[in-house]
Amino acid sequence: MKVLVPVKRVLDFNVKVRVKSDESGVDLANVKMSMNPFDEISVEQAVRMAEAGTATETIAVSIGPDKAGETIRTSLAMGIDRGIHVNTDAEVEPLAVAKILKAIVEEERPDLVILGKQAIDDDSNQTGQMLATLLGWPQATFANSIDKDGDHLTVGREVDGGIQTIKVTLPAVVTVDLRLNEPRYASLPNIMKAKRKPIDAKTTDDYGVDISPRLETLKVAEPAGRTAGVKVEDAGELVAKLKSEGVI
Amino acid sequence: MAILVVAEHDNENLKDATHKTVTAAAQMAKDKGSDVDILVAGKGVKDVATAAAKIAGVRKVLACDHVSLKRQLAEAMQEVIVPLMDSYDAVLAPDTTTGKNFMPRIAAALDVMQISSISGVESADTFVRPIYAGNAMATVKSSDGKKVVTVRPTAFAPAGEGGSASIETIADPATPETSEFIGEELSKSDRPELTAAKIVISGGRGMGSGENFTIIEKVADQLGAAVGASRAAVDAGYVPNDYQVGQTGKVVAPELYIAVGISGAIQHLAGMKDSKVIVAINKDEDAPIFQIADYGWVADLFNAVPELEAELTKQGY
Repeated sequence: MKVLVPVKRVLDFNVKVRVKSDESGVDLANVKMSMNPFDEISVEQAVRMAEAGTATETIAVSIGPDKAGETIRTSLAMGIDRGIHVNTDAEVEPLAVAKILKAIVEEERPDLVILGKQAIDDDSNQTGQMLATLLGWPQATFANSIDKDGDHLTVGREVDGGIQTIKVTLPAVVTVDLRLNEPRYASLPNIMKAKRKPIDAKTTDDYGVDISPRLETLKVAEPAGRTAGVKVEDAGELVAKLKSEGVI
Repeated sequence: MAILVVAEHDNENLKDATHKTVTAAAQMAKDKGSDVDILVAGKGVKDVATAAAKIAGVRKVLACDHVSLKRQLAEAMQEVIVPLMDSYDAVLAPDTTTGKNFMPRIAAALDVMQISSISGVESADTFVRPIYAGNAMATVKSSDGKKVVTVRPTAFAPAGEGGSASIETIADPATPETSEFIGEELSKSDRPELTAAKIVISGGRGMGSGENFTIIEKVADQLGAAVGASRAAVDAGYVPNDYQVGQTGKVVAPELYIAVGISGAIQHLAGMKDSKVIVAINKDEDAPIFQIADYGWVADLFNAVPELEAELTKQGY
């Protein structure tokens, strides 16, 4: 089974988000960027499938500026076989990302596309579902367990009420949730080895996809702030405060 | 034309998230005086459709009752909704795991960029939505002909009752066979649902084990509260995934949120910082949760929570 793993470079999850003073967006200058944490989980899953002999080839794809190449390199150091870097400085929306990925799927013919359920920058939670639709493939979103059974996958999904299990026919798109696995750290020898793994350099023009945005960001503002309140010393004081607020 | 709201339900009960999504739809409709309709897609949904017809301001309810829709799998929902979109300018659904699953399929099928998890409506084409785990609020304007929107229910008041919409049965959809429901393990609880509760009490890594959650469950039962958890507590296996409050779990905005042994990671705050009153109980006085808490109690939770329970008992709770 050939596995395609789309990965996104985002603001590191530990970095404090700063809104630009002109409200044009979030300040991304000179801050640490990393692989979207959900995509790390999908990379780990693909590598484990390769180690178990379920996956025959694993390919990471990233759509983004020069530096997105580093994110692909990280996935190669974790054990992915090769990369495809679709180079663009534009901000590409999930719909356009799904269209580019569709074109790549048509070239590479993977049996499985596995990616994070959402990116922690725009929190859209759309790309996997859109890709499945454009390909006419089934989808299994929010996966916390994946088992391959012939030409099917059985996937446990994290849903609001608990866990739902579905079976999808391959080829399929799977988006992963937090508890599917714990991603590994790349070892130094593997980081060195990753430098020699191939990354295909592409541009959005290679795929003939119109990436012009459908959404215009009018402004990006700070959320309404909350400030620290008062300290209480014991349960009696707390209950009295909550009663006076009328919340209990 | 009109706006379609996709109802959230479990084939038996209509969920409150639907009423809140209708409010968002009504705000969009105001611009052009559009009508708001509700789609109830499921199996055996007569009661749900009847309940939906009572929501104030709704023109009609479309009921689609078919075995393929029993679990509202994304592929089946697409087959129902996409053909309806010839008659609608916009489709809205709550951003529950069900809505998040099927809505991007509608958007892709219509070649539209979805607007996810809106928390505000500026006009029929302009919306406010949280990004970066709610650390920034983006105002976005859609240039697409049709709008596909998921709605953060906690950000909208529920639409009232008192409507008397007509109920129209729509034709059976095509049945995709590429995905199949196998089973589900749903958490059973007599407590209120996390996203609908007026009071939520959540435990974090500081709880130390799943057994220790019994001390906050006792307080929850005294207050009629729902029990939640931080990601750290869920990852540690103390409680099931559906307890998780945060950026990637559930977003709650109760009247009262009590955070016990939760340090206050950004991704947890994203799920609860719109609560009316926040209480934090933590032994680390530097924990970030205290920076947003209205009432902070620096104490060992294993002393504080039983003390709180005793105080509530004393006062007749």
